[in-house]
Amino acid sequence: MTDIDETISTVQVTIDGRAIEARKGELVIAAAERNDVYIPRFCWHNRMNSVGMCRMCLVDIDTGRGPALQPSCMIECSDGMTVQTATDTVVKAQEGVLEFLLINHPLDCPVCDKGGECPLQDQTMSHGPGESRYVEEKRHKEKPINVSDLVLLDRERCILCDRCTRFAKEVAGDPLIHFLNRGNATEINTFPDHEFSSYFSGNTVQICPVGALTSTPYRFKARPWDLAQTESTCTGCSVGCRIVVDTSRDELLRFNGVDSEPVNWSWLCDKGRFGFEAFERGARLTEPFTRREAHDEPEVVRWNDALERTAAAITGALDNAGAGSIALLGGARLTNEAQFAWSKLTKGIIGTDHVDAQLDDGLDPRLVLGLPRATIAETCAAGGTILVYANDVKEELGVLYLRLRHAAVWDGAKIIEVSATDTGVTAFATASVRARPGTAPAVIDALLRGGPTPDGVAADVFARAAELLADDGHEPLRVVLGRPSLAESADVATAVARTILDRRADATFLTTLRRANVYGAIDMGLTPGLLPGRVTLEDGRASVASGWGIAANELPGAPGLDARGILAAAADGKIDTLILLGSDPLTDFADRELAERALQTTPNVIAVDLFENDSNRYAHVVLPASGFGASDGTTTNLEGRVTRVGQAVAPPGKAHADWVIAAELAFALDVDLGFDSLEDIRAEIARTAPAHAGLTEQVLDDDPDGIVFPLPRPQEPAAEETSTEETSTEAAGGEGA
Amino acid sequence: MSGDRVNTDQIPHIVTGRLAAHDDAHTIARYEATGGYAGLRAALERTPDAVTAEVKEASLLGRGGAGFPAGVKWGFCPPGVWPRYLVVNGDESEPGTYKDRILMERDPHQLIEGILIACYAIGCAQAFLYCRGEMALAHERLGAALNEAYAAGYVGKNIMGTDYSIDVVLHWGAGAYIVGEETALIESLEGNRGMPRLKPPFFPAAKGLYLQPTVVNNVETLSNLPWIMTNGAAAFHALGAETSRGTRLFAVSGHVKNPGVHEVEFGTTTFRDLIYGYCGGIREDRDLKAFVPGGASSPWFFEEHLDLPLETKAVGNAGSMLGSGAVVVMDSETDVVKASRTLVRFFATESCGKCTPCREGTTWMERILDRIIAGQGRPEDVDLLLDVCDNISPELTWPPKQTTICPLGPSAPPSVASIVRRFPEEFERYLGTSFEVTVAMKGAAYVPKPDTAAVATGTPGETAS
Amino acid sequence: MARLNPDNTELAKELIGHYPRPKSALIPLLHLAQEQDGYVSDEAMIHIAELVGVTPAEVLGTCSFYEMFKREPVGKYLVNICHGIACALMGAEDLISHAEDTLGVKAGSTTADGAITIERAECQAACTEAPCLQVNYRYRYRVTDEDFDRLVAQLRAGSLDDEIPPHGTLSRPAFRQHIPDERRNGPALVEGGGEPVWIKRHREMGQREAAEAQETAS
Ligand SMILES: Cc1cc2nc3c(=O)[nH]c(=O)nc-3n(C[C@H](O)[C@H](O)[C@H](O)COP(=O)(O)O)c2cc1C
Ligand code: SF4
Ligand code: FES
Repeated sequence: MTDIDETISTVQVTIDGRAIEARKGELVIAAAERNDVYIPRFCWHNRMNSVGMCRMCLVDIDTGRGPALQPSCMIECSDGMTVQTATDTVVKAQEGVLEFLLINHPLDCPVCDKGGECPLQDQTMSHGPGESRYVEEKRHKEKPINVSDLVLLDRERCILCDRCTRFAKEVAGDPLIHFLNRGNATEINTFPDHEFSSYFSGNTVQICPVGALTSTPYRFKARPWDLAQTESTCTGCSVGCRIVVDTSRDELLRFNGVDSEPVNWSWLCDKGRFGFEAFERGARLTEPFTRREAHDEPEVVRWNDALERTAAAITGALDNAGAGSIALLGGARLTNEAQFAWSKLTKGIIGTDHVDAQLDDGLDPRLVLGLPRATIAETCAAGGTILVYANDVKEELGVLYLRLRHAAVWDGAKIIEVSATDTGVTAFATASVRARPGTAPAVIDALLRGGPTPDGVAADVFARAAELLADDGHEPLRVVLGRPSLAESADVATAVARTILDRRADATFLTTLRRANVYGAIDMGLTPGLLPGRVTLEDGRASVASGWGIAANELPGAPGLDARGILAAAADGKIDTLILLGSDPLTDFADRELAERALQTTPNVIAVDLFENDSNRYAHVVLPASGFGASDGTTTNLEGRVTRVGQAVAPPGKAHADWVIAAELAFALDVDLGFDSLEDIRAEIARTAPAHAGLTEQVLDDDPDGIVFPLPRPQEPAAEETSTEETSTEAAGGEGA
Repeated sequence: MSGDRVNTDQIPHIVTGRLAAHDDAHTIARYEATGGYAGLRAALERTPDAVTAEVKEASLLGRGGAGFPAGVKWGFCPPGVWPRYLVVNGDESEPGTYKDRILMERDPHQLIEGILIACYAIGCAQAFLYCRGEMALAHERLGAALNEAYAAGYVGKNIMGTDYSIDVVLHWGAGAYIVGEETALIESLEGNRGMPRLKPPFFPAAKGLYLQPTVVNNVETLSNLPWIMTNGAAAFHALGAETSRGTRLFAVSGHVKNPGVHEVEFGTTTFRDLIYGYCGGIREDRDLKAFVPGGASSPWFFEEHLDLPLETKAVGNAGSMLGSGAVVVMDSETDVVKASRTLVRFFATESCGKCTPCREGTTWMERILDRIIAGQGRPEDVDLLLDVCDNISPELTWPPKQTTICPLGPSAPPSVASIVRRFPEEFERYLGTSFEVTVAMKGAAYVPKPDTAAVATGTPGETAS
Repeated sequence: MARLNPDNTELAKELIGHYPRPKSALIPLLHLAQEQDGYVSDEAMIHIAELVGVTPAEVLGTCSFYEMFKREPVGKYLVNICHGIACALMGAEDLISHAEDTLGVKAGSTTADGAITIERAECQAACTEAPCLQVNYRYRYRVTDEDFDRLVAQLRAGSLDDEIPPHGTLSRPAFRQHIPDERRNGPALVEGGGEPVWIKRHREMGQREAAEAQETAS
């Protein structure tokens, strides 16, 4: 950015006598806050359009025609503007507004879930009139009504700030709650007998400035002052929304979204927000146990016995049939550190490459790593064209859906969707091209060539989409790429990517693998043919081996089997020991019958998990892991962004952290994995994994929003400029794309 | 100016001439027979810019309440931004106001012609005639007139054989006073709740209907255009005075002998002319107690204001406004506390509910007044009432400041402020005691009776009760 | 009660076609539903939501904002007695009391025979004709108690049926706007709305003239 741009995009404003610099177009309330002047507000929310209706943020604004009371949430800073936030007039007006809000507000703070963290209560303490002058009767409404299974509405407490309704309409696109009636009788409600069934309803609870909207799961659970807060990242899916985890007496109580600029803008999907409920309700595994045969009654054992039995199985398998008879399925649930530890254990110590964190439900990992990647912000930037060929992001990657929706609805991005059926994106796509399963590569090729319209595709939609793609010539094409359905082979998505890159070399990709930390798993090498740091077995053999302190030939010799291959081999009796690392192939693998035969046939099934599930009922050894909320570490989202997850509660029962289990198992195999702490592991990742060079505690602490790996490389000497193509992603993925 | 001057009514009746002379003025036959659509023809022979210039020159002020010059407003549409829309404000609902309905029911073609002239000049691609919901006859007359005008080639494609084409769509409201406010009108026309938008940034001329440039004009404003186009801006400008040119409709209601709607010369006619001339004076020759000069939102005037001319600036300087041309007269027998409650109740009922001070404050005001009238007032209630007013309209200035988005909320305080100073004894009668007022009222019309200044402060013991 | 019947559905589509955006037709469509059933039923709102492409909650949000839309059945005749300032000064409260006494119901309710609902109404823009009232939004001016009684008798006898259609019908069909296809210019869509032809013509003409003037001058 040049100096000229700088001067154009900033304006000089005086706030309470202090000269400050504001961005052009910045709202007064935001500019003031950035400069530590807090203007009270109820309706304004920095992630939604201003409505200026609560009138709490009135301040004196003078743009040359004398000071006038103006809502600071609606007025943009302009050059030479003078703002006064504490004149007598302002204070009187704000106190007046507060009094107006309180006259009909019930005095039930002591039994209100919001009590103690309530903006209205806080404002009243700091600004409000002491004693009520209101002697008339307050408004009465039926106490909380269920607007959905998850959300309760108490209309007496509501101050009609339009936050929930604005969220529902503007952000989520589900205007199912609405202002009804008029004037003093105005209230929020749903259409009679229609639920507020939105995948994002929990956000309304988070942004309600009073206790009008509360969540059923959290209702009466705790008082804010009893809560401990831990910042973390949601691992409900691979978007990786930043959250604050509220706990009380070692119990997870609530997730709230944190406003992370690059990722979730403070929003969460309901699956993520309320999904942790499962941790509290499901049958958690709290003790290691063993079984003689599948489905036998489990026999609770000590950790040592469980580990020894596992070690014996592994040693036996190694002795009898070699490393190739040992396989591992899963790992997407784990932190990066735990994934690295298991990767080291399986690939470095045991020497098997039959390791797969995906269950044939995603994309070819080499494709994922080989594509030119874009962040969420780059993909969902204003204007331009976004091509979506993916799984239904509304169903699977909620907050990415919100970001895409925002780009399309508010920021003028045009979305072209190619899919076999309607998806969540269809509602705001500029063109939704229906392509029969398997035909997407041909259809997209035709779109990028500008025709002819392939058979079975609606001509008008095709024409509109083709025209958009032709018109945006100057902009790099942004692609959201995933696997639309398990029924379609991952090869189709690979072909789609190849087609796009053939025609639009400038295209960038955001891939949409769904599972929690599946990107971490791929980065840490829990996938056949790859080692930690996005390198292939071949390319990384020397460096990874030396990082791990083993001989290069101790690493697997050739790429191993993927999930389908592992299960097929197991069903054929070729796998002796199968480790289920937080995976449940019976439920998650498309071919249940094959999975069932595999589990039945395999002599030693070892499960590391949080809950009992269909698959681990076959396990001969079950090792309880501590899991989300009870472990520290880092996680990687679909952008390749690494953020910290925080331990908020103690592990249940005798559960151990996943990385500790790997280390203990190694120990039982008479090997020292070489780390005693997460810091040790991270240091080793930084040393060993080429894509993760520069990963330090400092880097992680500096930006809680996380950092996308690989880090930009330090400026190279000019002489090297010729070898441009060679980046670490290229190294791994040359053949993918 | 002589006190009993009666307007001799020699001025042209610009908007009511035809309907006064003919019962069938609403038909196209009568309309054409009496010079109808000649203004449109004249306009089409000129450039759009020339038409705008003519209207500017005429100094036609908006008749909807705010009194903004029509031609100037048209010029605010940002150049080069298309499409532009015209929205006709026929939502007439301000208490006391009765003029637009007459024009819609009795001379609909004149309005349609005005719309067509305006759209031609502005370059609008479509016009929407928003008629208040509760006016069934107006819907029928406007619907029938539009059908006639379409059939006759005045509206629709290639108007009168030219390349000027536009649809005029009749739209019905459904009962909400606030929808008369132009941004609420636009919201309503978009199918939404009629809740105003904040100006800025949502000035209709820049970001109006569908966020496109939109001109909102009142029915009476537009009904003047055919005459201006046929008779010229100069003839229009020759009528009236100062900042108020042409003629204007005033509805005089309440305690006068002959209530009625009168088209009078703007700017020169006085309130006395209206009340004592046109309307024959106060019923049963009683004394005048007070009058509302410009609709329910305006501060009240009294005896000493009678000789003010109906001139925007003069009335503004005296602390009130001509607003929507609604004069409501109250005789000496009037219970002004109840009258004020009626007005406050109106605003409380009609608040859209968007702004906290209006939604909560107007209802609170109504409750306090109800309680006072029911004999349950406390001495401190009047001051409380005024402080609530102050929190909606700081310092009770005129023109009003506001803590709200639109002027509806701040329209509730004026009647209260008008009577507290002027008729404190009426509150005292309800309260059974004197009261103290600490809240300042800065509006120029909020003054005690000229000769009994002491009473107006409401100091204890000043009045016998 | 019901969704819009086929005829009204057609009419609804015609109305939607008048506007650049379908949602703009929401209020006219709610009137249509009220004309069909005498009030706006939930089913009708759901149908309207489908026609306009919004959620039922949005339709209800709009519907419930406006005084005229009734969500429960009312009498065949809705009698709105104005209690605005001008009418109040001219005896509206007395008229309302009289109406309540003679009909035996309070304002806001319906007579037992379902014929008449009386309501208090805000200013009806007939202030010079106070006190006034409306029957299904048709005016009666300077109403005395006797006038009121006569009106009620006529309504009950059906002698005003020609003049006053049942509640819900505002404009009788014969007077409704209908834009004939051959004269119709069509809604001005926001997308792709360019400079109107006549504006463009005059602008270009002006530019040409200015250029010519300059030429002759030089
Ligand atoms: C609360 C409120 C109600 C209004 N009601 C009306 C109305 O019923 N009719 C009208 O023409 N203008 C009304 N106005 C004024 C309009 O906002 C707008 O100024 C006017 O329609 C512009 O037309 P004009 O310039 O031709 O006067 C109202 C304004 C406010 C604040
Ligand atoms: S002042 Fe009243 S009517 Fe106007 S926008 Fe605010 S709440 Fe609505
Ligand atoms: S925060 Fe500005 S008006 Fe509510």
